[in-house]
Amino acid sequence: MALLSFERKYRVRGGTLLGGDLFDFWVGPFYVGFFGVTTALFAGLGTALIFYAASLGPTWNPWLISIAPPDIKYGLSLAPLREGGFWQIITICAIGSFVSWALREVEICRKLGIGYHVPAAFGVAIFAYVSLVVIRPWLLGAWGFGFPYGIFSHLDWVSNTGYQYLHFHYNPAHMLAVSFFFTTTLALALHGGLILSAVNTPKDGIGGGEVKTPEYEDAFFRDTIGYSVGTLGIHRLGLFLALSAGFWSAVCIIISGPLWTRGWPEWWSWWLNLPIWS
Amino acid sequence: MSAVGKLFAGAAVAGAVLLGGCELGPKTTQQTGFRGTGMDQIVDPDHVVKLAAIPAPPYATPDDSGPRAGQTYQNVKVLGNVSTERFNHLMASINQWVAPPEQGCNYCHNPENMASDEKYTKIVARRMLQMTLNINGKWSSHVKNTGVTCYTCHRGNAVPTYKWAIAEGTPDPDTILRNKHGQNSPNASVGFASLPYDPFATYLAGKAQIRVAASSEYPSKDHVVSIKDAEKTYGLMMHMSSALGVNCTYCHNSQSFRSWTISRPQRVTAYYGIRMVRDVNADYITPLASVFPAYRKGPHGDPYKVNCQTCHQGQSKPLGGVSMLAANPALKPPPTRVVAAEGGAAGKAVPALMANPQAMTRRP
Repeated sequence: MALLSFERKYRVRGGTLLGGDLFDFWVGPFYVGFFGVTTALFAGLGTALIFYAASLGPTWNPWLISIAPPDIKYGLSLAPLREGGFWQIITICAIGSFVSWALREVEICRKLGIGYHVPAAFGVAIFAYVSLVVIRPWLLGAWGFGFPYGIFSHLDWVSNTGYQYLHFHYNPAHMLAVSFFFTTTLALALHGGLILSAVNTPKDGIGGGEVKTPEYEDAFFRDTIGYSVGTLGIHRLGLFLALSAGFWSAVCIIISGPLWTRGWPEWWSWWLNLPIWS
Repeated sequence: MSAVGKLFAGAAVAGAVLLGGCELGPKTTQQTGFRGTGMDQIVDPDHVVKLAAIPAPPYATPDDSGPRAGQTYQNVKVLGNVSTERFNHLMASINQWVAPPEQGCNYCHNPENMASDEKYTKIVARRMLQMTLNINGKWSSHVKNTGVTCYTCHRGNAVPTYKWAIAEGTPDPDTILRNKHGQNSPNASVGFASLPYDPFATYLAGKAQIRVAASSEYPSKDHVVSIKDAEKTYGLMMHMSSALGVNCTYCHNSQSFRSWTISRPQRVTAYYGIRMVRDVNADYITPLASVFPAYRKGPHGDPYKVNCQTCHQGQSKPLGGVSMLAANPALKPPPTRVVAAEGGAAGKAVPALMANPQAMTRRP
């Protein structure tokens, strides 16, 4: 069944974190493992609960379905199912399945004998989600500060939560996050363009359609600007930019409320009040 | 120390410096809308405006019997029907609320002839008494039963701390050099944002409508609001938020800033507040321009006027919602003067819109 040369290396025994040989098997092309089982359980239960909670709501319009967190009065305790309890269990299921998936990635990394960069990167995405529905609500003392699970409703939450700080674009971590998101797409476009241009060379041009090596590109940039980030470095840079975008998004919402309650423009008055010129 | 160690140490120092600009410690929270809509207020109790003690009345309020002030004194034009005892009590209170302690009664009165109108401060004070009666009588849509007294704005100062006049503007409007077009300066009146920092002349002295959202998703020549006009309304809203110590969601659900159906009832109070401030500025303060000396006026020669901050001073209810009217009944006009709809056609339009709020967002 092995169609690719590396499949045999992937399908090796061992490297599991939990469960030993018990879950060390494949279903078709997919590795299962202990965390594959927990992913399936959490994701299945969470999805079923979303449908059940939606069935209790007023609409089946997919844009308008919303499963809202509890009222703030419930604090950090459990709420009745129909008053936010569903949201709480679905949140547990979501985190359970996301973390299980990350740990399954770790097991696959161990089987492949490679570093943990992929699960670490996914971990930053999980951190961004957890900061919205666990860390910030926990710091503010109520699960009610989490965002609702609905397509339009979560956008309303984002809008209202932003306007609680009068002008969210002045949030310094939001500034960093937005800059990193844009820089990530710019870097990916430049990198993708460079690779495709080095491979798709015109047959009637100089070089006669010969595919260029990375050294060709490196030499050009070392000549032009004295530095080339290199074949490995460009991916290190790409990972840094992408993870920074997610990381600072998480920071920008964690600090809004727990560390600053007034308008974000006013936060910058520390700059105006620096003793150098004030 | 390794390079990584230095990096982490540097990050720790930078983090500590950044946290220095933040509000640490527990917050108080209040939910103001359906759960999950993000309608809530998060407040740092360490940074809430602390209310100074309201001064106790100079002495117990006398009853309304005995001779009238208009009979006892000469030249009493506003409170002539109040008993002399109550009139004297109010004068003693104004001494506490407004007059500089070293001058006392003489701040407004000529001690040789108390009836004389020779000091400009007395003319202003008389107009301000009429204004107070007008606010407490006609503007219950905004001040409810709490009402206002001189102290609501003055707080012991001869001139209220928070006021505005038409902004100085740019020295040479014909050049683009140093001309910031009234924006892009971190001005406290718009919450230190780069928004146009003089929304007051347009919306609190003028009667410009704060209507940015259109009724249609398509462009219309009947509804043209420039980006700068929109930002000017944003600047006014920043002022209102800062003045009341609240955020946008105290009145609005940002799903639609315009729709009354999903707004909180506080927005109605604010709606009347804007019109009350226009009334105060247009009918009571601007006409005093010829009375005020130059040093009591702004750079363009207009008298200092009121905005939300003048009374609210960082609190959603001025003075924490404490009413001083019971101890000062002379400032409360007879209930016959209560008028529901005020502020011209726009003021009358609101109750109808409230009765049919969908009309605000209905497509044509």
